[in-house]
Amino acid sequence: MSNSQSKFTRWLNGEYLCGMDNPDNYGYQPVRKDTEIARHHEKSFTERMRDWIDNREEGAFDRARSFISFIFALFIIFAMLLTVSYLPSFGDPDNPVNNEVSRRYIEKGLEETGGVNIVGGMILDYRAFDTLGESHVLFIAVSAVLILLRNDRKKKGKSLDDKIYEPHVDPILRKVAKLQIPCVLMFGIYIIMNGHISPGGGFSGGTVMGAALILYYNAFGSEAMNRFFTYRTFRRVTVCALGFYAFAKCYAFFTGANGLETHIPLGKPGAILSSGLILPLNIAVGLIVCCTMFGFYSLFIREEI
Amino acid sequence: MLDFIQNFPLFCIIMTLFSGVLCSVLSARAARNCCLMVVSADGVLNAAVLVYTIRMGDSFTYMMGHFPAPWGNEIRVGVLEAMLAMVFSIVMLLSLLGGMKHIFEDVESTKVNLYFLMMNLLFVSMLCLIYTNDLFTGYVFVEINTIAACAIVMARKGNQTLVATMRYLCLSLLGSGMFLMGICILYDITGHLLMVSLHGAIEQLASSGQYAQPLEVVIVLFCVGLATKSALFPFHSWLPDAHGSSTSASSAILSGLVLKGYIILLIKIVYRVLGIDVFNSSKAINVLFFFGCCAMIVGSLHAMTEKDLKRMIAYSSVAQIGYIYMAIGLGSTTGMIAAVFQILAHAFTKPMLFDAAGGFMEVSGGSRKFSRLRGAGRRNGLAGIAFVVGALSMIGIPMFAGFITKYYLAAAAIQSGTKKLIIGLMVLAVSTLLNAMYYVPAIMVLFSRAGGNAQEGDKFTLICDKKNVSFVIAMAVFIAANLYLGCCSGTVIRLIQSGLNMLA
Repeated sequence: MSNSQSKFTRWLNGEYLCGMDNPDNYGYQPVRKDTEIARHHEKSFTERMRDWIDNREEGAFDRARSFISFIFALFIIFAMLLTVSYLPSFGDPDNPVNNEVSRRYIEKGLEETGGVNIVGGMILDYRAFDTLGESHVLFIAVSAVLILLRNDRKKKGKSLDDKIYEPHVDPILRKVAKLQIPCVLMFGIYIIMNGHISPGGGFSGGTVMGAALILYYNAFGSEAMNRFFTYRTFRRVTVCALGFYAFAKCYAFFTGANGLETHIPLGKPGAILSSGLILPLNIAVGLIVCCTMFGFYSLFIREEI
Repeated sequence: MLDFIQNFPLFCIIMTLFSGVLCSVLSARAARNCCLMVVSADGVLNAAVLVYTIRMGDSFTYMMGHFPAPWGNEIRVGVLEAMLAMVFSIVMLLSLLGGMKHIFEDVESTKVNLYFLMMNLLFVSMLCLIYTNDLFTGYVFVEINTIAACAIVMARKGNQTLVATMRYLCLSLLGSGMFLMGICILYDITGHLLMVSLHGAIEQLASSGQYAQPLEVVIVLFCVGLATKSALFPFHSWLPDAHGSSTSASSAILSGLVLKGYIILLIKIVYRVLGIDVFNSSKAINVLFFFGCCAMIVGSLHAMTEKDLKRMIAYSSVAQIGYIYMAIGLGSTTGMIAAVFQILAHAFTKPMLFDAAGGFMEVSGGSRKFSRLRGAGRRNGLAGIAFVVGALSMIGIPMFAGFITKYYLAAAAIQSGTKKLIIGLMVLAVSTLLNAMYYVPAIMVLFSRAGGNAQEGDKFTLICDKKNVSFVIAMAVFIAANLYLGCCSGTVIRLIQSGLNMLA
């Protein structure tokens, strides 16, 4: 480009955007020459460390920044602690939290939801919409990990060399696991099935069941696992459970808002088959949580479910 | 007995939620069709709700379950909510259509269905942020929104997106954390989560002067938390990486809609939880105004130094978000109208720019650098025209959407006190100039001939063949919507006004 053009014209032509000199040469250019790279590899680790520290252009700036962040974080901590000191004291009966909202949950919860476990009644009946969102948070989290980690080796044509991901064959672990897993699974199912009449529910029971699956995988390996739990099972179970949850709640929301009867009996409080939708919803949540827990573990260990 | 039409928001939510889950077992193409169909159905249903609320002249609440509001959940729909939900569905549909080709190229083929799963759940979370009448419901869907937004950034193959996602995830979670902490403190001092009850309790606290310090902290936490998530100036560092490196549909949706979802939640909190008087008398409003102004300048300055088209557009988003916060910071009704209008205008403009950028990259060997993009506007004429329209709108040329925002912003500044008047108008003028200073050379580069060696691409070609039909539709509708917002803004402004009246 000739220098006779004014700066404005050159700016208007976008030369500053494309790099000043030759627009066609712009692009990735290796910083180091080959000899330099070779020399780089000859150096020992400590030498390279020292080089790295010396060559950091913004060393002082970095230190100043971390110092300022430290002071700033201290300030925030202090401000938050100060705020806490202004809050109402814990356990005072006159606190604003003890108002008509919580009173109705406690006094009428049993009668209105049919669940002895008021917490279960609250999260699955009174505020079921929040819990609907919350169960999808789990699902979306495991799906995000699937996008990140799932490794499609079959498709890429690589051999399915899973050996390095396989747990060791340990006879003691196998024996113990054989005894323990049925009990753990039964306990998980118990927590889920009694979610409406005792502390527990889908979230806690599902975690226990997920732990049993993880133990099974560690003791017996993926081949035994794949006999009853594959990626396909995982997808089907989660989709069915979430689908059931969404439609059951859609029905309940629709009838509730339109002032219709649900025709779902609440049953006798304290019985297993009682409290309307809470029990089936607990089962659905339990299945989702169980699959999610095992899914996370499996994806992080061997990039596959 | 309710009118049947009042059930539509529930149907939208459940339908989108379930179709998202269903996408995980569908094939890629089926998932795409499912997603597109559901989003367009949402648009139609919300249009019906909009007409219904305009006719009724009032908002309605919808009980989610058998228990009335403070005990159960409820959602609330007025003119503003219905309009925003409708606009979001349209923009979502168009952004997906515009970037569809690149989705199938950029995302690993076995994971395309998961990409659409994320899109569906992202969309449902934004719908719920718009509809919500309960702070905690808002938080639950903020969580879904955060994870889904990160997932659509990292869905693109490559290492660059992973770094960008990591930064985005950290800052976004920091924002969610602050928002959650704000909810906790607010619940502790009022005992409510429902917006209406909260409003009553806060009015009482404000008049009695009790718990004044925690209340101020809550306002700060809400503002800072949501500002971090919507990339207001000092917290914007994640935005250019995340928006610049993802596939074009993701960039379009992240900048056009995801950022706005949080701002809408903030506007709802200002009107329905804190009350406009409490908010105006707090100091947070001045802080928002100040940082909004800074964002307008700093975002543009960063954009000027960028040599990468998508990162330049992303930095321009930082500036545009600044406009919204400055408008909110003015603390008047006109300011709020300007803010909501800017949300709409930016939602119709930025996705168009990003999708057009995708079109340019397609005809330039996938490069995002300006040096490789010389003449791309000629090779892909339609994207070129769309880019020009978008750039003119961003600069604020009359007849385009951006001008109306600036007009109302200036009007709101004039109505406010002297200090904000002077600062506001000056920053507005400078920022307009800066916008022109990076968009004009960009247009010049895109339309100039590609160097001395004459290539066949030098001819101006509108790419309108059968392969690109979805891109053509998206660009055409985006351009039309931009001109509509710029030329016939009266109706939209009236709708926003009545919507804001219903909100208060």
